[in-house]
Amino acid sequence: MKMIPVETTINGDQTEFLCNADESLLDVLRDRLGLTGAKEGCGTGDCGACSVMLNGRVVCSCLVLGVETQGAEVETIEGMADGETLHPLQRVFIEEAALQCGICTPGILIAAKSLLAKNPDPTDTEVRYWLAGNLCRCTGYDKIIKAVQKAAAEMRAA
Amino acid sequence: MRYVKPESYEAASALLAAEDGIARILTGGTDVLVMLKAEMVEPDLMVDLKHLPGMHDIAAEDGGFRIGAAVSSAELGEHAALKAMWPGVVEGAELIGSTQVQNRATIVGNLCTASPAADSVPGLVTANAVARLHGPHGTRDVPVVEIPVSPGKTMLAKGEFITSIYLPARPVGASDAYLRFIPRTEMDIAVSSAAVSLELDAGGTITAARVAIGAVAPTVRLVADAGAAIVGTKLDDDAIAALIAATEAACSPITDKRGTIEFRTKTAGVLAKRAAHIAYSRAGGKT
Ligand SMILES: Cc1cc2nc3c(=O)[nH]c(=O)nc-3n(C[C@H](O)[C@H](O)[C@H](O)COP(=O)(O)OP(=O)(O)OC[C@H]3O[C@@H](n4cnc5c(N)ncnc54)[C@H](O)[C@@H]3O)c2cc1C
Ligand code: FES
Ligand code: FES
Repeated sequence: MKMIPVETTINGDQTEFLCNADESLLDVLRDRLGLTGAKEGCGTGDCGACSVMLNGRVVCSCLVLGVETQGAEVETIEGMADGETLHPLQRVFIEEAALQCGICTPGILIAAKSLLAKNPDPTDTEVRYWLAGNLCRCTGYDKIIKAVQKAAAEMRAA
Repeated sequence: MRYVKPESYEAASALLAAEDGIARILTGGTDVLVMLKAEMVEPDLMVDLKHLPGMHDIAAEDGGFRIGAAVSSAELGEHAALKAMWPGVVEGAELIGSTQVQNRATIVGNLCTASPAADSVPGLVTANAVARLHGPHGTRDVPVVEIPVSPGKTMLAKGEFITSIYLPARPVGASDAYLRFIPRTEMDIAVSSAAVSLELDAGGTITAARVAIGAVAPTVRLVADAGAAIVGTKLDDDAIAALIAATEAACSPITDKRGTIEFRTKTAGVLAKRAAHIAYSRAGGKT
């Protein structure tokens, strides 16, 4: 199969890669660009472990073709911390033990950050609905919701 | 698989018309890429149309709205004027999948997948929405209700695709609503569903009504008798009983792991009743 050249911006960096027409953005990130933060849980849009930002909106990267990102802006979990300084959501997730195995965490952090950008003071119900497409087999969600709310409060105060 | 971004509508229909293998159109990809992954459909040609003019626009037109084929469910939900005029259409679109899916999924993709359980379709049908098709022989307008013909199949001819959906103007004192039954609170496929769109006179009497049901027949179905059953009423008990009877009579579902024939039929009637009450109060009617 003929490989297709794609130019895109990933976490602010101009990036070029070659991929097949039917290759998902998730596979491009993980297998071609070494950005293994986004995880494959299901590959069919159900679990959210592969969540990334595409042109400012959270999407499942398993349901985006790599070739579709020509000229697009992609943000992944690798771009969330500011150098050594973790994003408040990242730090609070660690402090509050809002993860166990951690497979779901990159996707949840990306999705939660996009929620707080849109709605800095969500109710618990709003957080739960927003994150309904991010499945977690370990935590039972309660700590995740609490951590998002704690980080949100911190970010509002900042 | 070849992936092509044609430079015009004409080039897109020529490309689709000339393809001998399996061709698919990529808008949100939330159905077509799932099928690709699952190897249920292995397209030879994937045509991406999202970059073409008008595809991302929600434009006011003759008192209604023209919605480009690449507008996502999330964008529909963020459009205050559209949501105020057609709340039932928007709530159907906003029930599709998760936040992530919402940000990609389109009502055109939902319609063209032609699932009997497609959440945005009953609302579009009761809204009298019209799809604009572009094909090798030019453009034509087709009512949304005529697009799906059986599960997974549409009436689109080879080389044709949808460029936009038109939601017509509506008078004051009109509104709509959509409800579905799922065993969870979100992220599930409808077991049954119903949409109702109503127009009221100044006294609150219904002057026009359309009712559509989903997941209870091979395609989303417009139930003319159910609409007729509530015209001339204010949704009194007799009118509601007639609405439910007409809705149930129009159901021909299957039994599967999601629900039995009896359960689907019964819930479709209940959802039609509840959606009628919601549409009625949104339209300003008081019961
Ligand atoms: C996790 C998950 C949850 C979901 N939940 C729901 C749900 O609750 N309710 C529901 O109804 N659906 C649900 N879906 C299914 C899907 O998201 C919807 O059907 C969605 O609206 C499809 O739109 P799309 O733009 O992604 O379509 P695509 O996948 O891009 O395309 C779908 C089909 O339409 C055709 N098509 C696309 N654009 C055009 C066009 N312009 N002209 C002609 N044909 C075209 C394609 O060839 C393809 O066959 C879910 C999917 C996932 C992955
Ligand atoms: S891997 Fe993409 S949603 Fe599960
Ligand atoms: S921490 Fe293991 S899946 Fe969420």
